[in-house]
Amino acid sequence: MPELNHYLLLSVLLFGLGLTGVLVRRNVLIVLMCIELMLNSANLLLVAFSRQGGGLDGQAFAFFSMTVAAAEVALGLAIVVLLYRWHGSTSLEHLRLVPSQPEEGR
Amino acid sequence: MHDGFHYALALALIPLLPLLGALLNGLLGRYTNVKVAGALATAAIAGSFVTALLIFLQFQNLPADARSLSFTYASWFHSGSLAVDWTLLLDPLSLLYALFVSGVATLIHLYSIGYMGQEPDFARYFAYLNLFCFAMLMLVLGGNYLVMFLGWEGVGLCSYLLIGFWFQDPAKASAGKKAFVVNRIGDFGFLLGLFLLFSQLGSLDFGGVTEGLKSFPVGHWLPTAAALLLFVGATGKSAQIPLYVWLPDAMAGPTPVSALIHAATMVTAGLYMIARSHVLFSLAPAALLTVAVVGAATALFAATIGLVQTDIKKVLAYSTVSQLGYMFLAMGVGAYTAGLFHVVTHAFFKALLFLGAGAVIHAMHHVYHQVHDHHRDPQDMRNMGGLRRHLPVTYWTFWVGTVAIAGFPPFAGFFSKDEILWKTFAGGHWALWATGLLAAGLTSFYMFRLLFLTFHGRYRGPEAEAAHFHENPLVMTLPLLILAGLAAIAGFWGLPHFLDFAHVGNRFAEFLAPVFHQGSDLALLHATAEHGNAGLEALLAALSIGVAALGLLEARRLYLGQPGLAAARAKRHPGLHRRLLNKWYVDEIYEALVVRPIAGLCDFCYKQVDGLVVEGVVNGLGRLCERAGAGLRPLQSGRLPQYLTAMALGLVALLLVVFTR
Repeated sequence: MPELNHYLLLSVLLFGLGLTGVLVRRNVLIVLMCIELMLNSANLLLVAFSRQGGGLDGQAFAFFSMTVAAAEVALGLAIVVLLYRWHGSTSLEHLRLVPSQPEEGR
Repeated sequence: MHDGFHYALALALIPLLPLLGALLNGLLGRYTNVKVAGALATAAIAGSFVTALLIFLQFQNLPADARSLSFTYASWFHSGSLAVDWTLLLDPLSLLYALFVSGVATLIHLYSIGYMGQEPDFARYFAYLNLFCFAMLMLVLGGNYLVMFLGWEGVGLCSYLLIGFWFQDPAKASAGKKAFVVNRIGDFGFLLGLFLLFSQLGSLDFGGVTEGLKSFPVGHWLPTAAALLLFVGATGKSAQIPLYVWLPDAMAGPTPVSALIHAATMVTAGLYMIARSHVLFSLAPAALLTVAVVGAATALFAATIGLVQTDIKKVLAYSTVSQLGYMFLAMGVGAYTAGLFHVVTHAFFKALLFLGAGAVIHAMHHVYHQVHDHHRDPQDMRNMGGLRRHLPVTYWTFWVGTVAIAGFPPFAGFFSKDEILWKTFAGGHWALWATGLLAAGLTSFYMFRLLFLTFHGRYRGPEAEAAHFHENPLVMTLPLLILAGLAAIAGFWGLPHFLDFAHVGNRFAEFLAPVFHQGSDLALLHATAEHGNAGLEALLAALSIGVAALGLLEARRLYLGQPGLAAARAKRHPGLHRRLLNKWYVDEIYEALVVRPIAGLCDFCYKQVDGLVVEGVVNGLGRLCERAGAGLRPLQSGRLPQYLTAMALGLVALLLVVFTR
């Protein structure tokens, strides 16, 4: 029977994995997936603490969180599509959200 | 209403007519020609003169002690305890000034139509001239010090505008600027005097100030300080030491302007102000003595400079400064009516002399124009000579003016100048009297020198040129003739005691007596002069005629008799001659002592304070923002990975802060 600490450890591992992915990967789809990973590590925590505490609030909240995550992914993917149309690739490597540096002073 | 005569309306018309003329000419004059614009301006000021004359005639019906009427037309402004109204004051003093100002101005306007006939910018000229008359009449008719100050500043402005009338010439424009700046220095003193009077007496009304002064003893600090401050204003406006330097330069303006503003009217504003404040001055013997000493010193000092000037207008300018000195001398010894008498006679003969000089310049200019010579100076007397034959009317009228200013009876200058000298003598001011007498001799010398160099002898240009001379048109000679008549006979208005065989009395003094009634209770100085020793007075008069004759003979010897003598004498005293020629280097001294330090200070303020400090702070703030922006700009790079890293690091840092606390 796994204990709370195991869940916590797993959650930390998942979060760390997600964060590392967000920081090091350059493909925007992968980054989005990594963000989902971090979100789900949080969901895992909610459920784990909920079970430990005996109530159902946390588990119910996890469902809400998953619903919101689904909406968020839909939005995120839409952004990715637009980004691809505008930028021509899904790589973050050369993406600049600020057009370019303004010319240097007069 | 007094006997069906509407004084209030008539009095308001006097300044308003020239103002209307100025507006019409200023706005519409350029669509007409010089004759129409000139006639309009002349009609406007002539209307003032006729109105003043009507008032004068009506005034004779009033008993002497009722001859002081004050009319309030509207409220000017109201602030705290200071309430200033548009008030005009009608009394013999203001009426006298209004009469001779508008009268002389009418003649000069008429003359200007001829003199400025070729001037393309005639509308501006006549508008300024009329505006000047408005300001001058406001100055003399104002019922309180502020309305007077309005006129005071107005005449200063018009003087500046007219001196720099030909502003395309930088020398003329800067002469105008000099006049304005020097006058402002004087005006500053005047303003301080007004502040002092208001703060101590709570009124700026002539009547209120006189009333308030009653509680002060003679010699109290307040009247002394106020009188001295007002006198600073008078030295600026009336060209006395130390602020006289602008007047000779003011000759850059058109000659009729010199005649009107810088000889006959505006420069006597300081004397009007002193006469108007005579109660104040009579309470301050120290201030009066200052006035007298400054006046006598100016009379002599300016006369010495006038001895060697070669520009015909410059001689007359220094002569004006010198004659104004006489008037201040009279004021200073408490002989207010004598000073004002000289103001009036001087207005006649000095306007005459300036207009005569203008006629000469006009004729010279015409000749040079005919022979296409634009290098010779039409104002330099060394180029003239023998003009008597070519300009007979100008010559004879100029002759009258010269004899009048030199002080030969029965011309006007004799009576007025002699009355001043007599009252000075009778008041016990021996040194001042001797100074005045010496200046009278010098006056006679330089005026006859001017007359001989210009009109006598032979023409000092090519012989062929002489044929081009023409006497000026009637519009210019008529004012000369009228003024010559006035300069010849005006003296009889103020007959001295010892010549009063028919016992008509000094009509001029009697006319002004109600004004100075109040002051003469206080005045300590001229009581003796009223009924002095007639024999002594006649002796002194003979002495001053003798001095004038000496000046005449010396000028005749030097400039008519032996042509080389003047040059030889100049060579014998090179240092003195050079100093006189350079006007005692006063301009240079002022330049070194006042202008340069101020210019240096301004330069310092401009380059160091403004350039480095003020601009440094402003530019520094701008540069700080720019630098800060440049420094922070890399943070917003638009690179998502960088943002994400920053977020992650921030999160870690936050967690560390939270958990290690």
